[in-house]
Amino acid sequence: MEVTLKIFRYNPEKDKKPSYKTYKLEAHETDRVLDLLEKVKGYQDGTLSFRRSCAHGICGSDAMRINGMNHLACKTLVRDTGTKITVEPILGLRVIKDLIVDMKPFFDNYKQVMPWFVNNDPDPEKERLQSPEQRLRFDDTTKCILCACCTTSCPSFWGSEEYLGPAAFVSAHRFIFDSRDQAAGERLKLVNEVMGVSRCHTVFNCTMACPREIQITKAIGEIKAALVTGRLD
Amino acid sequence: MNTHQFEVIVIGAGGAGLMAGLYASKTARTAIISKLYPTRSHTGTAQGGIGAALGNIEEDHPEWHTYDTVKGSDYLGDQDAIEFMCEEAVPAIYELEHMGLPFDRTLDGKISQRPFGGHTNNNTGKPVRRACHAADRTGHMILQTLYQQCLKNNVTFFDEYQVVDLLMVDGKAAGVVAIELATGEMHVFHAKAVIFATGGHGRIWEITSNAYAFTGDGPAITMRRGLPLEDMEFFQFHPTGIYKLGILITEGVRGEGGILINGKGERFMEKYAPRVKDLASRDVISRAIYMEIRDGNGVNGRNYVYLDVRPESVNKYAALDGRKNLDGSPVNVTGEQILAKLPDIVDFCRVYLGVDPITQPMPIQPTAHYAMGGIPTNKFGEVITDEKNTVIPGLYAAGECACVSVHGANRLGTNSLLDLVVFGKHAGLRAAEFVRGAEFQPLPDEPTAFARAQFERIRNADGRENAFDIATTMKKVMFDDMGIFRSGKGMQNALQAVRELKERFKHVSVTDTGSIFNMELMNVWELGNLLDLAEVTTVSALARTESRGGHSREDYPERDDKNWLKHSLAFVDEKGRIDLKYKPVVMTKYEPKVRTY
Repeated sequence: MEVTLKIFRYNPEKDKKPSYKTYKLEAHETDRVLDLLEKVKGYQDGTLSFRRSCAHGICGSDAMRINGMNHLACKTLVRDTGTKITVEPILGLRVIKDLIVDMKPFFDNYKQVMPWFVNNDPDPEKERLQSPEQRLRFDDTTKCILCACCTTSCPSFWGSEEYLGPAAFVSAHRFIFDSRDQAAGERLKLVNEVMGVSRCHTVFNCTMACPREIQITKAIGEIKAALVTGRLD
Repeated sequence: MNTHQFEVIVIGAGGAGLMAGLYASKTARTAIISKLYPTRSHTGTAQGGIGAALGNIEEDHPEWHTYDTVKGSDYLGDQDAIEFMCEEAVPAIYELEHMGLPFDRTLDGKISQRPFGGHTNNNTGKPVRRACHAADRTGHMILQTLYQQCLKNNVTFFDEYQVVDLLMVDGKAAGVVAIELATGEMHVFHAKAVIFATGGHGRIWEITSNAYAFTGDGPAITMRRGLPLEDMEFFQFHPTGIYKLGILITEGVRGEGGILINGKGERFMEKYAPRVKDLASRDVISRAIYMEIRDGNGVNGRNYVYLDVRPESVNKYAALDGRKNLDGSPVNVTGEQILAKLPDIVDFCRVYLGVDPITQPMPIQPTAHYAMGGIPTNKFGEVITDEKNTVIPGLYAAGECACVSVHGANRLGTNSLLDLVVFGKHAGLRAAEFVRGAEFQPLPDEPTAFARAQFERIRNADGRENAFDIATTMKKVMFDDMGIFRSGKGMQNALQAVRELKERFKHVSVTDTGSIFNMELMNVWELGNLLDLAEVTTVSALARTESRGGHSREDYPERDDKNWLKHSLAFVDEKGRIDLKYKPVVMTKYEPKVRTY
């Protein structure tokens, strides 16, 4: 079948402002949008620039807006988009070139929630014990690949890129509810600051956007509950 | 010119690079340079587990792990290094756990383990539970955990910098040249020690599980600087890639009781590996699938077979095999349990195939997966430069880009994650120790000249050849003639084709003339790496007139220990001629035996 790709283009070295360019190409239902971008780059316009690596939804490089919604281009098939496909960069981060945005504010926010394991007791000889139930408690939020689909779908983040955003809360959740970790209190303080969870208005955009199907709004709710009750169960 | 100075430079931020950076930075000024954001690295796609003889569920010993790895390598692995890795495995897993890695747990709270191909109880020959796992995203959890620890320890990163050259002065490492992708500017990183951890080069082949980023940058760079590449003829084809796409379906599926079924509905692995069947090592199973398809036993006459992990199939074959739960009760898994253990696999199949593995079998075919060969090192990660194992001062390599060799002619599943954790750590430690007693080499007068020349050649080419076409042709010919089965005639054909492509590459087109994120230029440079490595792979393979592990020749079907129990070292001279030398395999106590599963 023939598909029409309408792609957001911006080259800061040449263009005064962004524009959209349209490309027509043959595709199969099972082609990924990423495959189409590769074909456009290979045969129609080598200057088209985007990030990609693993091409199956794990590395998180190719988050973009596809027909208005945040998706990974490698996890979105023509079968689901139809034959008219609009591809744009994710919102709320500065566009550097074409579909490539400045990820620095996103990663800076991630780094603010102490996204690392803390346990100051001496390491035991073998593993620290953790029951399957305790492990399951934070399983969902361990799946995050930091693709930014969630954060850049959030109206609060569009308002200010200093808002920590759903991805940072997901990482905080992953440690706050890990029975082995000892820094939950500090993290809860960090996510309770002015650019923290109080700016989440439970719009659910993040949950809808997550390519890993993490229940993000639920995780943020659990953080809010912990802040209110002081309990981590 | 932008010049930076660090004592240790690590290239690549996957598992090996992060581990090296984490350890080197404890005592030495260290920076990690990566062409991707660290969390995009290919380590993150590893699924099924990391091997270590913890014995958490049943009896196991590092000696058994060592023997299985030696046997899996088809006796080409260096036994001292394998022994070292398998001994180090146990503390390495506990260390990862102490760093917070969320392994799955046993009922008594320990790290959970599952069976994997080629890992056995050495007394009974039956599969043993050795693969420590976090669902089917073990690599993801390792990558995340190590990156988090690097952040915690304030390790310096240069994200989205593409390293394009290695600087050597007087036979010692002096630094690297990198291009900052956001600006296109060249940077010189002056260093006392350089650690390559750039990953594999599976993008040479048409059907591959490998990321776009896996273009063999490290080996291509060091080869251009006159250093040898070891055992390049050995590349692993993983038995179970998603049909046509090559996306990996973990061996953990078979570890959880999944079985391979041909178009006639037969469980064909019984014929090829009567003892461990679907848990034989990867080279054996990939060949079996190939032969089934060749004999017309593909599904619907096509070139795929089924991987079946439907609960009723798992339970049926467990009963037939006499496999039971640990408490002796019959295996009776449910769809929910399969989903909990293999959530990503289920997701991949639903998204890419429209197939639900809980109710339908998965169409699979072998997929190019892992480079056993690479930059030659000893077991401390030190790069060696000749058949006498002479060490290059200040130069290290670890992970898939390196060849220690612990994988020999065929890697066992779970040993790649183990390799990068163990040898990444030791390369980092060794480099940090080296720089304490070393001075910076003076930089060459024109440190970027060699790199600039490469890019000028690409930019100034006449542009009559399309890079996408060159890449597509390379991948196809390499998959057809340098795949699971090889022959002299086919390999000659591949060699000629690759050499023609290298000529065409001299005329390659780059239309993007900009500096900012010029991904076209970068991708073309990467294609040049792939072409160079495809040629070395083919030349090394043509010379080896035997079948061993991942190198299987129809014209030389037997292993030939008398003549070929040795590692190849391929040297490329300034004119591009490839010269092969050989060095002996290190043997300790395991004499080569006929390899059956």
